[in-house]
Amino acid sequence: MIVSDLSATELSRRLAGSGVRLRTGPVIALVQSPLPSVGEGIALHYSDHRLGEPEEFADFQVRVGPPPNIRRWLRPQALFHFDGKQPFKPLPAEQAFPMLEWGLNWCVSANSHQYLIVHSAVIEKQGRAVILPAPPGSGKSTLCAGLVTRGWRLLSDELTLIEPESGNIVPLARPVSLKNASIDVIRRFSPQAVLGPTVHDTTKGSIAYMKPPVESVRRSAETARPGWVILPRYEAGTAARLKPLGKARAFMQLANNAFNYSLHGRRGFEVLAGVIERCGCYEFTYGNLEEAIAVFDDPLRAG
Amino acid sequence: MTALDTDLVSVALRDPLALIAWPVPRWEALIRQARRADLLSRLAVALKDARLLEEVPAAPRAHLEAALVVAQAQEEAVRREVSYINKAIGPIGVDIVLLKGAAYLVGGLPAAKGRVFSDVDILVPKQALPEVEAALMVHGWATTHHDAYDQRYYRQWMHELPPLRHATRATVLDVHHAILPETARLKPDSGQLLAASVPAAGDMRFRVLAPADMVLHSATHLFHNEELSHGLRDLADLDCLLHDFGLRSGFWQELTERASDLDLARPLYYGLRYAMQMLGTPVPREALTAVDISHPSRLLRPLMDALFLRALRPDHPSAADHLTPLARRALYVRAHWLRMPPHLLAYHLTRKAFRRRSVNAA
Repeated sequence: MIVSDLSATELSRRLAGSGVRLRTGPVIALVQSPLPSVGEGIALHYSDHRLGEPEEFADFQVRVGPPPNIRRWLRPQALFHFDGKQPFKPLPAEQAFPMLEWGLNWCVSANSHQYLIVHSAVIEKQGRAVILPAPPGSGKSTLCAGLVTRGWRLLSDELTLIEPESGNIVPLARPVSLKNASIDVIRRFSPQAVLGPTVHDTTKGSIAYMKPPVESVRRSAETARPGWVILPRYEAGTAARLKPLGKARAFMQLANNAFNYSLHGRRGFEVLAGVIERCGCYEFTYGNLEEAIAVFDDPLRAG
Repeated sequence: MTALDTDLVSVALRDPLALIAWPVPRWEALIRQARRADLLSRLAVALKDARLLEEVPAAPRAHLEAALVVAQAQEEAVRREVSYINKAIGPIGVDIVLLKGAAYLVGGLPAAKGRVFSDVDILVPKQALPEVEAALMVHGWATTHHDAYDQRYYRQWMHELPPLRHATRATVLDVHHAILPETARLKPDSGQLLAASVPAAGDMRFRVLAPADMVLHSATHLFHNEELSHGLRDLADLDCLLHDFGLRSGFWQELTERASDLDLARPLYYGLRYAMQMLGTPVPREALTAVDISHPSRLLRPLMDALFLRALRPDHPSAADHLTPLARRALYVRAHWLRMPPHLLAYHLTRKAFRRRSVNAA
């Protein structure tokens, strides 16, 4: 059963009640929320996602609801609950769906230490993954969104889960977060992409989510071998250009962007070194998405 | 669902073997409660040692394995940290007595296995404090409380310096000169604790409290703590220590005698009572009889049971009933009451209340 098998009424009834078990890659999140915007967000962005069975193990139980105080009447807010705890301050109620997304990312990055987790986008074609680690503002999400609308499989736009035993990447296909200018860039670039409403004035500016392609969601049990580490940088007006990146620097990029590198100790070093060993490593500057995608589709496939 | 049969963490720690037959929904509740109680890695180690981890269904097992990764990393971090502490304090010739988690780890005790560590705690003679603090500051530790009132609160009334944070590693170190505040009702003599301390089995540069004193400190800490959200973790420490030391000959007699000598019979009474009730810790009859004289009055006992048996459960909605918040609140007040005489307590709480208000206003 997938989310779109439920009617809107049934979905919100379940969200307000015992919750909905959403399967996202290896993780099942039990989500509860009485807020209509959360129900609408799930209906739109997760429509192809599988629902867990009622007795299936939920990894994380989360709830986004109004805070239990008087302020709810003055200025509606949303509060994120995880295992009876509230790890974040409440946000304005309009930000309830982004809060669910941030909260789910946090659940994984703060708890799923059976993986080595790198803060980066990751996509795949023909079994080989491209890891895109980069600081916010580098155009990593835009590039990732652009590529997945053109046939690349989305593994994740935020969290690269590396299985230490195999060195393979475990997909976590969830909505792609687009910020500020990149929202319109993607709307123009791919009119068929499904984007949710834009939420303004978040700590990250304006934000909208793009629904992951149905193929990526369906194949979210298929792991991928790391093929490339590419450091993207958007620079207005420049031609798309790949430049080889030293392996040591590529290693440091992954290590610095990893959430739990230090927890894995020596094994963490060995796993990352193994990934870098197998990968082609590049820096990539681009000023135009169309050109960027041509570069990804062409020389990369050759190796 | 009645609350008083849903503390799954205690059930699991008592009998890991029975877990294998659990249905998935029960595992789900257990993992949540154990994560909240900081006992996920303790549970994982118990299952691993019993060679049962592989038998756990894959989905909950992933969480246990993740917790093992964290426990391993913390263990290494604490070992590194105590080495740095030794490098700072060793040269001034003051003995470093490790307390709690660091003591279990460096002392090579089973209580360290799968334990979640937060800060490192050490005990030094009170007269050595200025020297110790200076040596630590030279090596990069700095005080965390800059407010004049907080500094006075710690230095005049408490049993420790204001927590020190290392400037580059951001690790926190608590330097104690006693195991209870100077202002507390009970007055265990630090001199006796230091004199009885023994070299740590795993690393002779450090000392740890003698077995009986280690148990007494664990119980005292737990039953004077304002915050019991990790009470079950501390009770599990006590359970591990008692399992381990309980096999040594003469331990129980030493424990109960030492408890009266150090004025700590009441916390020991609570420790033994709730460790037995919640975790099934084996305690010989004679030891119970010896501490039973320290029980609270018959009127008080059912009340204390009602409070502790709620507050010591995992702090998770699935292990709570409608009285749990009240129990936690009541024990918060009790702990303050035990830690300070009434006039000081009134003064301190007023200060705190006003300050909180001004912080909120700002």
